[in-house]
Amino acid sequence: MKRFFVPLVLLAGAMFVYAPFMILGAPYESTMGLVQKIFYFHAPVAMTMFLAAFVCGIASALYLFRRNKEADHIAVAAAEITVVLGSIVLVTGPLWARKAWGIWWDWEPRLVSTLVMWLIFVAYLLLRRYGGPGSERLGAGVAIFGMVNVPFVYWSVNLWRTLHPKTSVVPTLPPGLRGPFWFCVLGFIVVFVLILHVRTELERRRAAVEELYLALEE
Amino acid sequence: MNVRGMFLVGFLLLLGGSTYAQQPAAPPKLAPDPAARPDQQPQVRTPTSTGAAQEGFVPVEQLAKPEDRIPAPALVGTAYAFVWVALFAYLWSIWRRLSTVERELQALNRRAGTGSRSS
Repeated sequence: MKRFFVPLVLLAGAMFVYAPFMILGAPYESTMGLVQKIFYFHAPVAMTMFLAAFVCGIASALYLFRRNKEADHIAVAAAEITVVLGSIVLVTGPLWARKAWGIWWDWEPRLVSTLVMWLIFVAYLLLRRYGGPGSERLGAGVAIFGMVNVPFVYWSVNLWRTLHPKTSVVPTLPPGLRGPFWFCVLGFIVVFVLILHVRTELERRRAAVEELYLALEE
Repeated sequence: MNVRGMFLVGFLLLLGGSTYAQQPAAPPKLAPDPAARPDQQPQVRTPTSTGAAQEGFVPVEQLAKPEDRIPAPALVGTAYAFVWVALFAYLWSIWRRLSTVERELQALNRRAGTGSRSS
């Protein structure tokens, strides 16, 4: 990963600089007009949040069943990224909804399930921060629970009557809207990989500090 | 480039983007030229003229009525600004925590080195 880090940083930077021009060049959506352009950041961030939640859940399962310390470091990093991306989704969504639906928030399944998922990962981070010894295993359980939530959040728009657009929107995107959208998805995935790498490194160093403290006390 | 520089570049990009977004589009040509043949007349793409799925987004090159375009630059600008600020703030927090842990690690290594030499 170290060998690819600098090229990936350059790629992510270039993509983030170019993305606004692609988005501005994309055609307007017929019913929502300009406000629909929030979609190009809102939906890719949500998809990356799902990816982060899966990474956290799988890493937590590895830690829980195989006691893999490295997996635990990845899980903490991915959980934090899930919360950051979730915050972006929960802020950009209402900004879009205000114009498209006329309201900031509605207690409908997609919005509520996303909020619940975000709260589960906030709970995970609080548990890891203040849970004391043994919180790693409890946290791993919470993270798996959070990961299991992802399919419910995704399918909620198809299972229940919601204001939110259905999952059929992305596969049926017309070419003019499809290009900028998938470009942004790729950009956010690259950013996720980079942040995950750096944040995991932070967790490794924290573990090294703890081990050194213990060694010095002995 | 330092953090302040990156914030400045991000802000300038946002500013440029929102200014461009606020530029009015060319008025749609709704009135057909009576001299032109029917196959030469400009076609305005309306939602009903596209074959896209009912539940999907329908793009339009030009909106049939200018009032149909919802003016929402403030909401779009706020959303994009929030994404940039949140990501940069998070990166800055990671960088700060990494620096703190690195200092702590070096201090502990020095202590460990001193301890091993004295014992």
